[in-house]
Order: sequence, then structure tokens, then C-alpha cells
Amino acid sequence: MGVALALVIIVIGSVIFHLLSPWWWTPIATNWGFMDDMISLTFWITGVVYVVILLFVAYCVYKFQYREGRVAAYEPENNKLETWLTVLTSLGVAALLAPGLFVWFQFVTVPEDATEIEVVGQQWSWSYRLPGADGKLGTADNRLISDDNILGINPDDPYGQDDIVIDGDDLHLAVGQPVKMLLRSVDVLHDYYVPEFRAKMDMVPGMITYFWMEPTRVGTYDVLCAELCGIGHGYMSGIVLIDTAEDYAVWIGEQITFAEMSTNKDIKLTDLVDR
Amino acid sequence: MVEIESTSPASVPPAEVEEVELYHATNFWTKYVFSQDAKIIAIQYSGVAISIGLVALVLSSLIRLQLGFPEMFDFITPESYYQFVTMHGMIMVVYLLTALFLGGFGNYLIPLMVGARDMAFPYVNMLSFWIYFLAVLVLVASFFVPGGPTGAGWTLYPPQAILSGTPGGTGLGIILMLVSLALFIVGFTMGGLNYVVTVLQGRTRGMTMMRLPLTVWGIFTATVLALLAFPALLVATVMMLFDRLLETSFFMPSLVEFGDQLSYGGGSPILFQHLFWFFGHPEVYIVALPAFGIVSDLISTHARKNIFGYRMMVWAIVGIGALSFIVWAHHMYVSGMHPYFGFFFATTTLIIAVPTALKVYNWILTLWNGNIHLNTPMLFSLGFIVTFLNGGLTGLFLGNVIVDIPLSDTMFVVAHFHMVMGVAPILVVLGAIYHWYPKITGRMLDEGFGKIHFWVTFVGSYLIFFPMHYVGLVGVPRRYPELGDAAFIPDSVATLNSFISIAAFIVGIAQILFLYNLFWSLRNGRLAGANPWRATTLEWQTPETPPGHGNFGPELPLVYRWPYDYSVPGASEDFLAQNDPGPIDSGNSP
Repeated sequence: MGVALALVIIVIGSVIFHLLSPWWWTPIATNWGFMDDMISLTFWITGVVYVVILLFVAYCVYKFQYREGRVAAYEPENNKLETWLTVLTSLGVAALLAPGLFVWFQFVTVPEDATEIEVVGQQWSWSYRLPGADGKLGTADNRLISDDNILGINPDDPYGQDDIVIDGDDLHLAVGQPVKMLLRSVDVLHDYYVPEFRAKMDMVPGMITYFWMEPTRVGTYDVLCAELCGIGHGYMSGIVLIDTAEDYAVWIGEQITFAEMSTNKDIKLTDLVDR
Repeated sequence: MVEIESTSPASVPPAEVEEVELYHATNFWTKYVFSQDAKIIAIQYSGVAISIGLVALVLSSLIRLQLGFPEMFDFITPESYYQFVTMHGMIMVVYLLTALFLGGFGNYLIPLMVGARDMAFPYVNMLSFWIYFLAVLVLVASFFVPGGPTGAGWTLYPPQAILSGTPGGTGLGIILMLVSLALFIVGFTMGGLNYVVTVLQGRTRGMTMMRLPLTVWGIFTATVLALLAFPALLVATVMMLFDRLLETSFFMPSLVEFGDQLSYGGGSPILFQHLFWFFGHPEVYIVALPAFGIVSDLISTHARKNIFGYRMMVWAIVGIGALSFIVWAHHMYVSGMHPYFGFFFATTTLIIAVPTALKVYNWILTLWNGNIHLNTPMLFSLGFIVTFLNGGLTGLFLGNVIVDIPLSDTMFVVAHFHMVMGVAPILVVLGAIYHWYPKITGRMLDEGFGKIHFWVTFVGSYLIFFPMHYVGLVGVPRRYPELGDAAFIPDSVATLNSFISIAAFIVGIAQILFLYNLFWSLRNGRLAGANPWRATTLEWQTPETPPGHGNFGPELPLVYRWPYDYSVPGASEDFLAQNDPGPIDSGNSP
């Protein structure tokens, strides 16, 4: 009796905790509401299974607890029951997998009109590069990194000259404009993690990874690193802002390009002094 | 209801080969230290595994001190925090659970349960333990070298694992870790070959594969997995050692460390992740399958009822084992691998949920219409069902690639894997110790202490890891020594963290009660007799308790039936031992 009761209390306690929990995900700021829906769906399906199975266990423990003289049944197999359970379980799993893969297809299919933005991680800070007037990012290579060229932008690539470099400052994004976040690392693994975006992906030195999203909610968000990157991992923070189109246009007009940085140091300095 | 046939006992084939003469130890050293007896080796393995496991328990308390009460303890720096996290994880997964289930339970139970006098290769078996012991010593040594042990996380992902931004990365820490792992794998391979060969070749007459107890099936399949999976880890450790010591670039692309161009170039960090998880995911089942097997036997014995769907249980173990080799990249959904891998690995991962769920159903259907003794082994088994079900269901979140994207690398993952491959298998280990201690020592463990130990451990662990999922839902990343001042983390998370830490300390302290029980009962426990649980399997039918050298006296037992003849209608007792020739043949021995 006591054990069965304890199991029931665990089940009910877990459900109540879930329902009353103030610890819930952050309000979403991108188009990935499907991910939240999938988490909710998974909670529903697994939650029902959890409650039903554990209550059944509690009932068995209560009903069939040892009693002098009781004889247990002898039933090695029951093919019909086992088949039913297999089919039901497979259906439940399919109900989770099918919509999951459907949304995953959207996640890995980047829309044509997405703007490419480069995020660069290094121990332990974030930098960014935005395409200039030509709408294209120039090539870059870790081998080209130096004090004057912190992101390793290829100086011979004409597309790179007008790239906007943001070092040690916040990133701004325009609401409603899909972006493809190109992720690059200078040293070790990092992971550009903004909980409100839902989407995230590791940065791997030696390759370029990506994810895409459409910012949907104006606001200021914390950036963290989600892949262990050494002792500063827990302190690798930054800020990203989602602006209205007007605010974004103002902000982008204030930024300086790679060409301005590398050909004329004075511009960079005066620009910094101004701000 | 099943038809009962009173035919003549099932056939026992004639002996084909003569028994091999055992190695007989003559003095203290060869009998108890450099022993070739699997039962002594089992105790040695278990003793070392539990000892190093206690180190991991202390490390987990230090982790919880920091998370629950940040900035209160000056000696926990980010460096030492990462070292604690890394060593805790590595010890628990490899040096405790793998070694205990296979080296400990495997060595003790395989020969006894299959009706063999010892392992197939006793000398190699002895070497296996001593190399494992050496691996543990190397691991422990890393705590005492300059710079301390590695803090790269138990996954040891390059490039950071061998660079200066990570504790132990450029010192001896990472080197000793890799050397220790390589030694562990060499030692394990020696033991593992023994377990496999003994199950295949050492079974007594009448012990067909489909009459093996599920404990043996679990350990056997897990060992096969380990023999196939560990080589991937071995090559990864050797390649990383080369990268670290000889400046090769297997896993190292060209990179700039704190402004300095390093000489590495052309390697792939993701290659390491593939090798690591090709080992790492089967590793989950190397820990889980023995637990599945053992818990099946505990439930059946203490519910006095045959395991439900034995053949399904066997095929589920084998099927899960096979599938576990094609799901590894679900640990890498956010690694930057080709996104289309997600379709394949999410599908295989969710398919593996089906045989796993069937096992859960069958454990519960074994309870149905049973006669359930709520003793400590049964309580721990019930605790296993709760925590394993919980952890298995959250696996459906993380295995489904699109749900994993927001949750990966958060505390949700930490909660999930602790529930499913930490708490659940450890509850089985504890239940198994309560179950087999009487055979190993001849005395019962104290039930009163046992029940207190169970309730504190089970409820306490649930209170640690159930709320932790919600810390992850908020978005708190794993491997953070403190919450920081991100706006999305409310202050209440810190309160919840303190609560979790207090629960963890209580669970930790409760294990002292268990250790006390282990030693106290050695002298003061109730005498057990040969078969205190009235169980069917062969280890309970030995002429001596604890079993003597050679296990079964002059004659090896003959096996007439499957291991689950409990409460057979018409039988005079509520169990028929596997070597009981009749008069009743239940007709169900496969």
C-alpha cells in the first residue's frame, strides 16, 4: 500500500510541478514557433504515457502485493497483446517523428532572400561581419588573421572590401528580414546561442556552419556560448538586438567597412572617438 | 492459460568435450591477489570500481556546491569546476558503470549462471583486472600532476581539449586521461573476449542460448557492443595523443589561439566527434543492457512470476544492441555535420524507442498477476522502472532532431542522461547488490537499512533530476559554473538550483548508510543459506555458499528448463530450478 501510494504521489507531484512550474521557455523571437509546438506535442504524448504506465505499476503493486497463499499466474507469452503494444508504440513514435522531420526540412532549407551574416567566435568573445552594398560577404581564412585583420578577411577579394566588421559590439538584426547566420570559429568549438531564437548551431574551426531564421519580435537578447570552449565558456556573453527596419537602417549607416578599417586607420580611430 | 504437458524432461545433450582442469591456487597471493578465479576478480573489479565511483560522487557534490551556492566557495574556480565535471562524467560512465557491470557482475555471474567452472581464459581474465587497475591509477595520478586533470568535458572535444584555454590541455592532464582510456580499453578487451567466449562455449549441458537468464543476455550483448565500439575510442585517443604530442593534425584545423597562429592545419574536429560517439552511443547501451537483463531477473524472482515475453525480451536486447550502432550522430545534431544526416539519425533513434518501450511493458506485465515481495531488490527495480521510463521519454525529445535544436547543450540534456543512464542503472546496481550479496558473502544485507537507503536514494535522485529538466527548458546551458546575469534567467532558477543541491547532498550522504550496511552485514547479517530468494537460476543451486573454487562441486549441473519457472501450476514449490529435472515440464522452456 505504502509503495503504491508513493508511486501515485510521484506521478501526481510530477504533473502538478509541470503545470505550476514558473520555469518555462523564453518568449520566442523568431519564426521557429514550430519548435515550441513540437516540444508541447512531445510533452503531451510522453506525459500521457508516463502517467498511464506509472499508475498501472502502482495498481499492480497495490493489487498483487505478496500475500501468504496467493499464487502468481503462469503466462510466459501473449502474442496478441505484444503485437498490440508494438503497433501502438510505433504509432506514437511516428506521431512524433513525422511532424519533427517535416519541420526539420524547413530548418535545413534556407530561403532565397535570406541575408548572409557572419558570426565569428573566439575565446571568449563574438564578432560579426555583414555584407556591404554589394550584398555579398568576401572570403576569409583563419590563416589571414592578424592584428590588423581580426577576422582574416581576404584583402584581395573585392567582395570583402565593403564588408562591415563589428568587433566587440552588439549585433543588430532587422525584424522580418530572414537571415542566414554563417558561423565561423577562430580557435575551438563554440555555439552561438540565443535562447529566444531557438535555432542554434556549433561553430567549428576549419569549416563554415549555418542556421537560418526570421526575427519576428523587436527586443534585446542575451547571447551565450553553448559548446564548451575552455575556462571562459560560461562568461562568453554578448547582446543581439532585433530592430525595426528604420532603427536598423540608422544603425547600419553608422558602421565602418573592412576597407575603411584596413586602408585608413584614422577613419577607424576618429569613428571610434565620435561614438 | 498455458497448456502444461507432463512429458519427459526436455533433452540434455551428451557431453561432447571433457572438462578442462582448472588452475588451482596454492598460496594467498595467487588465491586472493593475482587470482584467476572469476569470482575473486569480480570482487576486485567491483571494489576498485566502487572506490573510484565514490571519488566521482564527491566530485558531483563539489559541482553541486558550486551550482547551488555560487561564489561561496573560493576554492572552486572555473578551472577546477570544469575539472570536476570532466572527471565526474568520465569516471561514472567508464570506470564505474562499465567496469562494474561487465567486470564486476559479468565476472561473478556469467560462469555461475551458465553453469561453467570459470571463465574460458582465467589468466587473461586476471590480466584484464590488473590493467584496469593500472588505468584507474593513471586516472587518479592526473589529479596530482601540475595543472591538474583535464577539464575538457568527458567528451574531450578537440581542439579545446589539447589547447591552453582548457585546464590540463597543454599539461599532463589530457595526456594521462588519454593514456588511461587506452589502458582501460586494452584491459576491457581481455575481459570482454572472456565473457563472450564463456557464454558461447562454456555453457553446461542443456543450457541452450534460449535458456540463458536475461542477466546473461544483457551482459553478453553489452560485451559484444563494447568489443565493437571501444576500438573507435581507442583510435580516437591515439590520434589525439599524436595531435597533442607530435603535432599531427588529425583533429586540428588551422587555427589562431589568442592571437597566435598555430602550426596545426587540415584536420577535422568533427571526425573526432564521429569516432567518439560511434563509441559513445553504444556505451549508453553497454551500461543499459546489463541493467535491463539484471532488472528482468530481479523482477521475475521477487514477483514469483515468469518474465513476460522472454523471447521478445531477448530479441529486444539484441535488436537494441544492433540499432545502437546506427544512432550515434543524434549526439551531433548541432555539431555542424551535414544537415541531411538529421533525417536519418532522428529516424533510427526514434525506432530504437520501440523495442525499448516493449521491454518496459514486459517488466510491468511481469508484475501483473504476480505475488510481489516488496523487498529491497524489488524496490530498487521499481525505482528503475520509474527513472528509466522518465529518462526514456525525455529521450524522445532529444532524439527528434528539431526538438533537440533548442534543448541541446542545456541542463535538459544533463537531466535526461542522468536519469536514464545514471540514476536508472545505479538503482539496478544497488538492487543487484542486495540480491546477490547473500550468494557472494553467505549473509543477508540488513533490510531495514536497505529500505531507508532505497527511499532516500530514489526519491532524492528524482528530486534532483526531475526539476533539472525545467532549468534546461528556461534555457540555462550546461557546463556553466554559474548562471551569470543573462536577462532570460529569473532569480528563481538560483533557488531551484540550491534545492537541487541540497537533495544531492542528502542522496550522497545516504550512500554512507549503504557502505555501512555492506560492512556490518559481512559479520552480523542473517545467514543466507544457499537460495534465500528461492530463485531458479544456477548460481543459487551451488553446493557451497559462497560458491567454492570451480563453482559446482564434483558434477556440473544439467539444465532442463528455462530460468523463469516460477509458480508453475502443479509444481509442489513456487519455483523450479533450472537443474530440476521434473516431474513437471512446463512446456515453455524455449
